[in-house]
Amino acid sequence: MKDESSIYADLTEIFCEVFGRDEMTLTPALSAKDVDGWDSFKQIEIIVSVEERFGIKLNTKEIDGLKNVGDLVAVIARK
Amino acid sequence: MRPLRWLPPADDFRSRLKSLAAADDTSWAQAVALANTQLDFIRTNALDAAVRARFGDTAPPDSVGKPIRLAVLGSSTLAHLHAGIRVGALRRGHHLVTYENDYGQYLQELLSADSTLHEFAPTAMLLAFDARHVTQGIHAGLQAEDVDSVLEDVLGRIEQCWALAREKWSGPVIQQAVVNVFPPLLGSNEHRLPGSRRHFVARLNDRLRALADRHGVDMLALDDAAREGGLSAWHDDALWCRSKQEVAPAMAPAYGDLVARLLAARGGRSYKCLVLDLDNTLWGGVIGDDGLTGIVLGQGSALGEGFTAVQDYAKDLARRGVILAVCSKNDEANALEPFEKHPEMVLKRTDIASFRANWDDKAANLRAIAEELNIGLDSLVFLDDNPFERNLVRAQLPMVAVPEVPDDDPALVPRVLADAGYFESTRITEDDRQRAAQYQENRARDQLRASASDIDGYLRALDMRMIWNRFDMVGLQRIVQLINKTNQFNLTTRRHTEAEVQAVMADHQSFGLQLRLLDRFGDNGIIAVVIGRMTEPGIVTIDTWLMSCRVLGRQVEATTLNLVAAQAKSLGATRLIGQYIPTKKNGMVRDHYEKLGFTVVSRSEAGGSIAVLELDDFKPAVSFITVSEGVS
Repeated sequence: MKDESSIYADLTEIFCEVFGRDEMTLTPALSAKDVDGWDSFKQIEIIVSVEERFGIKLNTKEIDGLKNVGDLVAVIARK
Repeated sequence: MRPLRWLPPADDFRSRLKSLAAADDTSWAQAVALANTQLDFIRTNALDAAVRARFGDTAPPDSVGKPIRLAVLGSSTLAHLHAGIRVGALRRGHHLVTYENDYGQYLQELLSADSTLHEFAPTAMLLAFDARHVTQGIHAGLQAEDVDSVLEDVLGRIEQCWALAREKWSGPVIQQAVVNVFPPLLGSNEHRLPGSRRHFVARLNDRLRALADRHGVDMLALDDAAREGGLSAWHDDALWCRSKQEVAPAMAPAYGDLVARLLAARGGRSYKCLVLDLDNTLWGGVIGDDGLTGIVLGQGSALGEGFTAVQDYAKDLARRGVILAVCSKNDEANALEPFEKHPEMVLKRTDIASFRANWDDKAANLRAIAEELNIGLDSLVFLDDNPFERNLVRAQLPMVAVPEVPDDDPALVPRVLADAGYFESTRITEDDRQRAAQYQENRARDQLRASASDIDGYLRALDMRMIWNRFDMVGLQRIVQLINKTNQFNLTTRRHTEAEVQAVMADHQSFGLQLRLLDRFGDNGIIAVVIGRMTEPGIVTIDTWLMSCRVLGRQVEATTLNLVAAQAKSLGATRLIGQYIPTKKNGMVRDHYEKLGFTVVSRSEAGGSIAVLELDDFKPAVSFITVSEGVS
């Protein structure tokens, strides 16, 4: 089980890289509709980066089940 | 395996990326430098976005070569690969814009004259068909004859795409080999099941390669790349189901570099020379301290065999035309000793075209090597185990490629060099095979020059013979190669395709001359190419005049003009027109025509000029070169 706050810290870095921003505030409820440019292409970038950073592989069901950042954190924590 | 592992990491990526946005003259150079760091997929996308925001679709003046307009045509999702391709080109200083067909519509767009593809006007084309697309209709239940007929159909359709591309555009066509994504049905003897899609793809790739050779199409060996890096790194079955991306996004930087190096090779911009450090690069230990018996090389130890592997790879590169040089901090006598006396040395002193072992800094020595070999610094790859030296050269000579070397394991070096693709080449000519020998002959010439008391005595003693031919099929490959890669002694730097050169051969109002130079030390190969064209009655304009720099200062220019004048006269011309189009690299021929007795009639602001020679007044120059027409 990984510590949630350290997952958030790593995810924030990933999101900043993917969206080319200096700062982003990630909350559990944050989802694609809240972030400018978060399309299906960016979604794949996020997942590929998460897989590389955490050394895990998300399966199709898990990816399909992601509705917001909170879901993503939960999936990472479970792995 | 990390993509681009031969490039050094960038520590301050984000701040360097930000500084690109400033409207500064050095932005392009900064972007090129950033592209030459180890970028993952996300950073590649970020750099691409920043470069596009800064430069848009307009090539900056300091980009290398002509801007490239690449159409990427395919049957699945390719959008995620474009940034990798553009950054791959940027890594080599090229400005490249891409085009992608509407999903699945590549054939319609090739066929229709008013498609957005035609509007885009590509200068190069990449056909990237996915494995599912080219195996439609194939299944394990099919009989061998049915499979064969599908194979012919698929090949026919791809051939049709090539023909359509060729008909409408003149640039290179690249065909991506099919990635074999299919799991086996039989197993190790899959080839015994005719309807196996896995076996079908293997057959298709074999046939595509043979067909591509016949059509002058270049292959993008994605099948080999996927084997090398492992299929699971390159292709993710789940991602295919999700997004129809056949190449995994994480491999986009590697994919883009494969494409970009092919385009660079086509443009004659591959690296030409591998410069080798000695201590702990070609052998283990320090020759000056450890002595001949103390260095580690060859049979008997794993480390020694690793160094042998490095030398073997370098030697094979030399055999296929890459020039080898040495740049080492050593006393020269010490540095030479293993080459002369160590029984396990694969490389001999005669394999090294330029040998610099001294205590000057390496950047200065690399400059000297480039000068001695008459090639640009941007043709050099520098292999050194010492991070300090690598960083020094990167800082002082950013145009020299300096690969990261796997720590302390020479056995891994050949594959890193190969993965970096520095010496990418689309063909091999007889001259390539002879190159190492030619550099040895050059050393003999230099020694003769040093011993001759005056230049005339030297030239006479060389016993030079020039053999000229009109362009012919025998010389065609070498002619096209020279036209597309000669940068320095090249009056107009006009690049011509094989088809365009053949058109010159067929045109009675034009002539193409290929000149070969021999002397007492050997055959220099084809050293000059001239294309003249009757542009108006009585006037022949020299479209192309290029020469190999290694025969400079040997009266070849004047002797060549004698031949050009004779050819022009035989077409009925009374006047020759020569043009100089300046580039970053051809300053050495700025006054070429004036030196040969032409009169400059106009000059452009950029430094170009047009010069005229009246043939009635022309007196052929006398030289020490015996000239004869070759038999072909």
